Amino acid sequence: MELPNMEYMMRRRCDSAASVPQFTNSPTLIVMVGLPARGKTYISKKLTRYLNWIGVPTKVFNLGQYRREVQSYKSFEFFRPDNEEAMQIRKACASNALKDVVIYFSKEHGQVAVFDATNTTRERRVSIVSFAKEKGYKVFFVESICDDPDIIAQNIADVKVSSPDYLNCDKEEALADFLKRIECYKQTYVPLDDEKDRRLSYIKIFNVGSRYLVNCVRDHIQSRIVYYLMNIHVTPRSIYLSRHGESNMNLLGRIGGDSGLSPRGHKYATALGTFIKSQHIKDLKVWTSHMKRTIQTAEHLGIPYEQWKALNEIDAGVCEEMTYEEIQDNHPEEFALRDQDKYRYRYPKGESYEDLVHRLEPVIMELERQENVLVVCHQAVMRCLLAYLLDKTSDELPYLKCPLHTALKLTPVAYGCKVEHVFLNIEAVNTHRERPGNVDVSRDPEEALKTIPDHF
Amino acid sequence: MHFVNVGMEARPSNAATPRELTQNPLKKIWMPLPCKNGLPDERICQRMVCMTNCPTLIVTVGLPARGKTYISKKLTRYLNWIGVPTKEFNVGQYRRECLKIYKSFEFFRPDNEEGLKIRQQCASTALNDVRQYLADGGQVAVFDATNTTRERRETITAFAEQNGFKVFFVESVCEDPEVIAENIVQVKLASPDYTNCNTEDAMEDFKKRIKCYENSYETLDEVLDRHLSYIKIMDVGRRYLVNQVQDHIQSRIVYYLMNIHITPRSIYLCRHGESDLNVKGCIGGDSGLSPRGKEFAKYLQQFIQSQEISDLKVWTSQMKRTIQTAEAVSVPYEQWKALNEIDAGVCEEMMYEEIQQHYPLEFAMRDQDKYRYRYPKGESYEDLVQRLEPVIMELERQEHVLVICHQAVMRCLLAYFLDKTAEELPYLKCPLHTVLKLTPVAYGCKVESIYLNVDAVNTHRERPENVEVSRMAEEALLTVPAHQ
Repeated sequence: MELPNMEYMMRRRCDSAASVPQFTNSPTLIVMVGLPARGKTYISKKLTRYLNWIGVPTKVFNLGQYRREVQSYKSFEFFRPDNEEAMQIRKACASNALKDVVIYFSKEHGQVAVFDATNTTRERRVSIVSFAKEKGYKVFFVESICDDPDIIAQNIADVKVSSPDYLNCDKEEALADFLKRIECYKQTYVPLDDEKDRRLSYIKIFNVGSRYLVNCVRDHIQSRIVYYLMNIHVTPRSIYLSRHGESNMNLLGRIGGDSGLSPRGHKYATALGTFIKSQHIKDLKVWTSHMKRTIQTAEHLGIPYEQWKALNEIDAGVCEEMTYEEIQDNHPEEFALRDQDKYRYRYPKGESYEDLVHRLEPVIMELERQENVLVVCHQAVMRCLLAYLLDKTSDELPYLKCPLHTALKLTPVAYGCKVEHVFLNIEAVNTHRERPGNVDVSRDPEEALKTIPDHF
Repeated sequence: MHFVNVGMEARPSNAATPRELTQNPLKKIWMPLPCKNGLPDERICQRMVCMTNCPTLIVTVGLPARGKTYISKKLTRYLNWIGVPTKEFNVGQYRRECLKIYKSFEFFRPDNEEGLKIRQQCASTALNDVRQYLADGGQVAVFDATNTTRERRETITAFAEQNGFKVFFVESVCEDPEVIAENIVQVKLASPDYTNCNTEDAMEDFKKRIKCYENSYETLDEVLDRHLSYIKIMDVGRRYLVNQVQDHIQSRIVYYLMNIHITPRSIYLCRHGESDLNVKGCIGGDSGLSPRGKEFAKYLQQFIQSQEISDLKVWTSQMKRTIQTAEAVSVPYEQWKALNEIDAGVCEEMMYEEIQQHYPLEFAMRDQDKYRYRYPKGESYEDLVQRLEPVIMELERQEHVLVICHQAVMRCLLAYFLDKTAEELPYLKCPLHTVLKLTPVAYGCKVESIYLNVDAVNTHRERPENVEVSRMAEEALLTVPAHQ
């Protein structure tokens, strides 16, 4: 039986990503557990960023934010366990957050919701579990336990002192108040119990990852979540991203291929080497792809480097080594389809950005494990890595600006990433093609070629 | 998804001038000159998962019949498949070689001085062999023994420190009498120790053997052992305690151990039905099924139905021929790009005769090292294995699965399940229209081959005698299977 052509094409383009099997029909509710300043929001945001990047629609529901919307913060007294009025407000907020979770799952195609709150009493957790059972959601608890006073103090300094709750406070006041807030919770805190909670699915993280307890992992997504959580760390470090130096193909306006560096490309590589040395980076790892141009670039650095096939540029299939003009000439329909959905579009006998993300997942996982790393890669690859680190959507990803001869230094800070652009002052062609106005298959060649950057 | 094996090679380079690059003709890897006599430096070409300079010693911990050997063998098989040279050292085997004849559980009594001496000696001999193995290019050694006392573990840790090995403990804790009984039935009764025993006597003796260890058993402790790196597996994977994971390979080991299970199930592997390009003798491409291929698909549907499998998952690649095959089976299926056939790059859709004609050098090099050889602008079997690692990981998590894939892909998957080496892998026989049913049993896998009685071309090309670049065309084409 012959598959109808269009349907086959659709399947080829739009199916769920290769290595992530189809999702279980039940959405998953991840429930954070832990005293304040144990990294719950840090974990929630990071996990959400990761899941969205690999293609699992995920959203954080932070109870603190719901609370701030209905009540301006005065002091820790709000959190006293005997504060009846406050208790009512907090319960109502939790209820509203869970209602939004229902909307997210049923109307917004969400797959995972992260309920970011302390959830420190068994009573609260029991009510969440019944709620989930009633709705047919799976539940996975993530508990963060930490008794290292240094880590807690660092947390508070990093994110609490600058919270909207403490806008009009000075640092010492904020710190003192926050510590009293933590005390309020300690009195009623019941951690997940080995015996009583043995049927729940959860991971307990001790002291920022020195130890984990994993109980009843029930499915693929939970297994991936556990693996991710076990690989992240909070040790300060920086990730440097750069493309290879300008290549001979770049000069000709051609995509793909495996050419060497142009003279300017070599200059950039030397400048990059000088820059790296000036940073005095401790124990820097350097990663390249298997393609000549990234390796040539790394050769200038004078540091050992590792080659990753996974970092190779996106495979443009039948369009390899063509100029955009040639693609328009030979494959005008493909060219238009790509402009319609650049993220999902797969070159014939090639790859899509979506494929790239899957290919790069192990790179991301290892980046999380590592400390200081310089990744010398390619335009599409760098866009994918950057989108992960800066939480960009799949719509934004293929249009992120990653010009040649510019290194990016990314340093995790608070809940996100600080980005520093380092332009090393060596000219290079522009390889960034914006989405043109007209993406219809019926468009004229001029309309298609409007946004092509200059080349020789 | 997933966690795929990544190849990494460390390359030191000159501070002053960048070195000229040359592309290794076999693996198409760019490397700096100079190379020894124009050939790649073996060390540089190694693709290894982890580049820790230290080898790793994995140490199992647990009472008898807790699955230590099962885990050791499975983990070893997985690590070797992803390219990490690994070997297990089973102290029980050393004991059998030393003792020759096993009499009874009395040997294991804690007050049996002579027994203790022999056992300690065996452990020492095993550790010596570990040292040798790790010095000779091994990357991971799995020391499979009970190691139930803190004292014993301290000795091992000291040994590892002396030799610069990292240590990772894998403890299996289980108190479910049914699971333990099932263990004993599956693997102990058939052990060389009990060849001349009937089932009841063997069972009795083994239970007493376990008792000998119970009194002195010191489980890994949260406080006392907090500086050790370990995973504690409880109740066959319901629960895990993971402590101080030090590096990449330990993280991968933990991930793997947390994904395996022992629920009985079967994995069905087959290729797509015969395709139009198969008939022509062409490799690669994305053609549809031939008439015989379509017929096979129908028979596959009948076969699957006859197996009466509850909850069968069906996976295909994203190539037309596997999808067409799955469509006929009429069960929901999932498409995996990772299951696509090996990319033959510039040789895609060529017949072997054409490859010989246009790329005789490439053709010869492929015959020289079929596992590592990468087609120009294509892939190698080695690349395929990396690409397939997430598939294997998900296969481990699942229960009944039918994988409809391709020749090279099926060879890689089969090599994983049947513990085949990199040399054997590219020559495993995976003919069209034949389903392999794999059922885990004891420490390995039972294989049933089911030919569905629809004729198809043979696509298996044996390694020819002459693999020299200087060979004649006829010598190269000697083993090409017949086609239209």
